Amino acid sequence: MAILKILEYPNPLLKQVSKPVEIFDETLQAFIADLEETMDAGPGATGIAAPQVGRFERILYIDASMMKRKVKNHGRMVLINPVIVNQEGSEVGREGCLSVPDYTGNVIRATKITLQTQDAEGVEHTFQMEGFEARLVQHEMDHLDGMLFLDRLVNRRNGLFKRKVYKKSASKES
Amino acid sequence: MNTWYMATFVGKDRSGIVARVTNALFEGGCNLGEASMTRLGGNFTIMMMVSFEGTEEELRENIGPVCKEFDLRSHVDKINGELHRHTEPDVLISVHGADRAGIVAAATGVLAEAGLNILNLETDVGGKEERPVYVMHLEGIAERGVDALEKALEILEEEQGVQTHINPIDTLIG
Repeated sequence: MAILKILEYPNPLLKQVSKPVEIFDETLQAFIADLEETMDAGPGATGIAAPQVGRFERILYIDASMMKRKVKNHGRMVLINPVIVNQEGSEVGREGCLSVPDYTGNVIRATKITLQTQDAEGVEHTFQMEGFEARLVQHEMDHLDGMLFLDRLVNRRNGLFKRKVYKKSASKES
Repeated sequence: MNTWYMATFVGKDRSGIVARVTNALFEGGCNLGEASMTRLGGNFTIMMMVSFEGTEEELRENIGPVCKEFDLRSHVDKINGELHRHTEPDVLISVHGADRAGIVAAATGVLAEAGLNILNLETDVGGKEERPVYVMHLEGIAERGVDALEKALEILEEEQGVQTHINPIDTLIG
């Protein structure tokens, strides 16, 4: 196991589109272990994508359970060749990135997603994800297509209130 | 070695101010750090971190002509240029209601007592002239937790007749 070097913006390699994984062998398992260790070493990181460490294959490692505040999650998981087959809603949230140190910004993401993915052995799974975990997957999947959250920034001003809070307020006002 | 200065400019807003001011600074050998421009009641305001190897007097000479051209008042202070050390807020609060004197003092007073360290504050006066509406957005660090701030906001709503919203900011790092 090893902590891998993270590519940082504006390294042009981060704009590269990654290829699907076709061979699920021991080399892949060793890389996944390194990716996990690298994510855990990143300050505050809850996810990482293979191209962030210079391997341009469609591999993500995520763990939304590591958020300080408890959020709905599927725990620690490796996602290989992930595809979002359905998405619902949209909301603004604050994102940062291991590849863009010392900067965070607001990004609009789908609130709920249906994700089809393979696991480390190549077995197919379907997951329903929402909120922070859905945002995390969308953020990491962008890396597979050479996109960073910087490419999706919206104004930091006035944009992070969730609908349920407005409902609470509406009932107070009525 | 370059010194960091905080340069502020205030005046009646006209198009082209930012371009001309920043060009004057660049031509004068300055490098800009972070900056924040906003219009407050139709007035142009900007604060800029300026790195410059000359003296404070030479910096003032650089900006003199453009200040004269746009009738801007300027102010220059030596500062510590602490870049690459952003502090991330973990809570976002908005307060709105009919405009009257004392809302900001009351809101920030109860929130400070409840442990809010304010990192960003923006306020606007909207509505019609005869019925102004006050809107305030705050971002900060809830040093004693979000619950303490929620309780403080409940008191504020009762005492000041304003509406408030509070949401944690779950910053994603991936």
